[in-house]
Order: sequence, then structure tokens, then C-alpha cells
Amino acid sequence: MRFIMMMHAPRGDGGYRINDWSPEDFQAHIAFMHRFNRQLTEAGEFVGAEGLAPPGAAKLVRAGKDGAPVTDGPFPETKEFLAGWWIVDVDSPERAYALAAQASAAPGPGGVPLNMPIEVRQVMSGPLPDA
Amino acid sequence: MTAPDATHRLLRELAPQVLGVVARRHGDFADAEDAVQEALIAAAQQWPVAGVPTNPRGWLYQVAMRRLADHVRAEVARRRREDAVAAERAATEPFVPPRDADLGVEQDDTLVLLFMCCHPALTPPSAIALTLRAVGGLTTAEIASAFLVPEATMAQRISRAKASIRASGVPFTLPTDVERAARLGAVLHVLYLIFNEGYASTSGPGLHRTDLSDEAIRLTRALHALLPDDGEVAGLLALMLLTDARRAARTGPHGELIPLDEQDRALWSRALIDEGVALVEGVMARGPVGPYGLQAAIAAVHDEAPRAEDTDWPQILALYQLLERLSDNPMVALSRAIAAAMVHGPEVGLEQLRALDADARLAGHYRLDAVRAHLHERAGDPARAVAHYRAAASRTASAPERDYLLARAARLTPSLNSR
Repeated sequence: MRFIMMMHAPRGDGGYRINDWSPEDFQAHIAFMHRFNRQLTEAGEFVGAEGLAPPGAAKLVRAGKDGAPVTDGPFPETKEFLAGWWIVDVDSPERAYALAAQASAAPGPGGVPLNMPIEVRQVMSGPLPDA
Repeated sequence: MTAPDATHRLLRELAPQVLGVVARRHGDFADAEDAVQEALIAAAQQWPVAGVPTNPRGWLYQVAMRRLADHVRAEVARRRREDAVAAERAATEPFVPPRDADLGVEQDDTLVLLFMCCHPALTPPSAIALTLRAVGGLTTAEIASAFLVPEATMAQRISRAKASIRASGVPFTLPTDVERAARLGAVLHVLYLIFNEGYASTSGPGLHRTDLSDEAIRLTRALHALLPDDGEVAGLLALMLLTDARRAARTGPHGELIPLDEQDRALWSRALIDEGVALVEGVMARGPVGPYGLQAAIAAVHDEAPRAEDTDWPQILALYQLLERLSDNPMVALSRAIAAAMVHGPEVGLEQLRALDADARLAGHYRLDAVRAHLHERAGDPARAVAHYRAAASRTASAPERDYLLARAARLTPSLNSR
């Protein structure tokens, strides 16, 4: 079964302002993410993962009356933003929760675990066979 | 049929035969499997262009053994620093594949392969991947695409599975009768899971998924040919055929699910039904009947009814009661309650469902809500039916199931408003 693990990072003075970190802390964080993705691949659980650009440049798009895109944003009042996601293919929800906890403990400034909230949701798939 | 298709079909058939010979002669299953995969890839590239060799099995065997020799040689060379000598000899050896007849292909090899790939030490996903590659002759890319994971992920699953087999120290021989009886269950389960993956999934590229159920049927047919007297093998094959017979009728033009009682039975495959029913009759006559045989018998009763209302529900109820005695599975109890409702009325079914509320394995499962919804609908209580349809829709992780349940709820909503 597939799960998406969405890494939410707090905006403002929370711990995930990567640009302000020391180069060592930043590199340790990135190395952790590479190791984690390699571990998922080697376990045969990796489906996909991406990190997202900072929310400062994010736009919310809607079709206007003529179908042309109308953009809005960015949204400084948002408390949290999506920093990145993984999709994993695992045997049980418990396994997805364990992986999310592992990702949540990625190192931040001074190597201290960030313990970021990771939202875990099952990806919809095909039906069961009929009886 | 195009040339690449023909090559593909031939390779799938030859793959386990060649792997069987190579693994038997070389001794190490994991190495043999790698070498045969390389030979298959070479054949898939060359045969459509150059034509199929007169002795295709011998060709594959020769290429695989050469790859094995190359790997061994490379290992040796690394240690002895004799690369130059080894490479020179490899380049001058003539390429003469043995005649197919001389290879000593044994039917039992396929069976040995199946038992190795469905080793109880492997997780089902690993066993499925390895079975499809070693016995089904599918490439890693094809398996990855069918399961919607990147090729690197699938390659790792397969190599982990092979490492587990190597670590377990199981030799490439047919298991003893006692071991075989114990492990046949795992083999049948893996084949069943492959079939379901193909049959139940409507997400992803449809072609590949249909390929999987076809592949499961092909492999189960081969197993049945090797073990014709085993009732559960025949039962599983019958179950697959009788289920697959409804394939064309179970989804609508937009991929939406059509329940069994609303399917256009003219679309069911008569040939598959006849074959499945004949198998079930053989299983029932021989006895004792196992869980797959019973499920096949239930499928046969459904498939033999010319119209939904002609379904012999008392017989289905009796079969579910037998099945319940063989397996402690709450899903079977759920199906038994549906059959009881069809025989004795929806109130009896709802009463039987109440006993299932205490089962932790089923608590909060959408199927329980979905069945309740159907029974309340039949009992003439649309308000309760809609509530349960919606509860079930919010719990299922299957998009087509959710759409079906919401459509069902929407259909009942006007009758609620008119009250």
C-alpha cells in the first residue's frame, strides 16, 4: 500500500529556515535526506520524493472567466508550508508511520533533530476483487 | 501479432526452462537468475531484428552460461590479475549453442523455480517480484511499471529477495514431499496475489495490470499441468478463470465499478466459465475441498446463473459456511452474512453483522459499512443506507470503490427527500 508523507515546516521563526543555517548543519541535513532516500530505495519501498522551493515564490492559480490563469500570493500569513514529500510503497500503515518518524528526526541547527510534523495519508488505489 | 510480441511470448515461455537448466548446472540460483536475465534482454533486442534462432533455448542457455563464465572470470581475474589472458580466450571461443534437445530441460525445473521464488522467508511483494521475473520471464522494468514503482526500487526488491534465498541456503532441488506440502500454500498465495493485482487494480496503465492477471493464469496453468491431482491448485486455477470470465462486464465505459448483480452477463466469457466449472466439478468429485476450491465453487454458482435473480443463494450460503470452518477470516463471515441475507432476508443479514462488530480485524473497515448499507437499502431504510454508504466511502482507500459507494448514496437521496 502506498502512502504520501508530507513534510510540513513552520513558517516564521521556526527551525526550518535552511538558508540561515551554518553550512555544516545544512550539509548534515541534506546528507540525512540522501541517506534516507537511499535506504527507502534499497528496501524496495521508494516510489518518489521531492523537496519544494521555499513558499516565498509560491502562487495560487485559478482559471479566470476567460480561462486565463489568475495568480495570487504569496501568503505570508500561512503558519505552515509544505517543504517536501515522499511516496512510499510499504506493507502496513505502521511501517509508513515509522518511516515518517525517521524523516521527522532529520537534523537541524547544531545537529539537533527537527522533529517536524509529517502528515501521512494513504494514496487511493484500485478496488478489491468482487466476491 | 507483431514480431516483438511473438518474441516476447516465446521468451516468457523459455525463461523458466533455461533458468532451470542453468541453475541446476551452476548451483547458485541468484547468479543463474542474473545471467538468464541478461540473456533474455539480449534476445529481446536481437531476435526481432535477426530472427529467432533455430534452437532458441540453446541460444539462451549458451548466452547465459557465457555471461556466468564472464562474471566468474572477472572475479578470478580481479584476484589473479589475469584479465588479459581470460579476455583473449573469451574472444576466440566459437559461439555454438547446444541443440535444444540436448539441454535436458525438465518440467520439474519450473516447479523448483516456483518453490524457490515463493520461499516462505520472503515478504509477499519480494516473492511476487521474483516469481514474475524468474518464472514469468518479465523484465524488471515491466514488473516495476506494473506495480507503479521506479525500476531501481523493483531491482532492489528482487536483489534483496535473491540475497534472502542465498542466505537461507536452500539448494536448487525439488523440495521433499513434506516441505512441498508446507510450501505449496505460499506458492498458491503468491499466484493469487499476482492475479488480484492485475484484476483488482484500475489505477495505472491498464495494459500492464491485465498482463499480470494473464500471467498469473498462465503460471497457475503450468502448475496445474505439473500437479494435476492437487485439488487446491485446480481450485485456484478455477477461481481465477471464473473471476476473469467477468472481466469485460465489471467496469463501465468510464472505468466505474459495476456490481455483480448489475453486470451484463452476455459479456461474460462462456469459454472461461465452462473451463472453470469443469475444473470445480473435478475438485468437488475428488475431495476433500480446500479454501481455493470452495471459493471457486462459489464463483461457479454465480457464473452459472443466467440472471442475477436466478442465483442459487442457498448453495452459496452452504459453501460459505464450509469455507468459514476452514479459515478464520472475518471477510468470509462478512460474505456469509450477505448470503444469509439473500436467503433469509436483510434483517437476518444485519443481525449476523452485529456479531462482527466485536472483531478487531474488521472494526472500522469500509466493507462492513458497505455491506450494512446494501442490507439497509434492501430492507427499505434509505436513510440508514445512505449514512453507511457515505461512512464506507470515507474509509476506503480505493478510488473506484469510493466512487461506486457515493453514486449508490446519491441514487438513494431523492427517495429520502420525497418522504
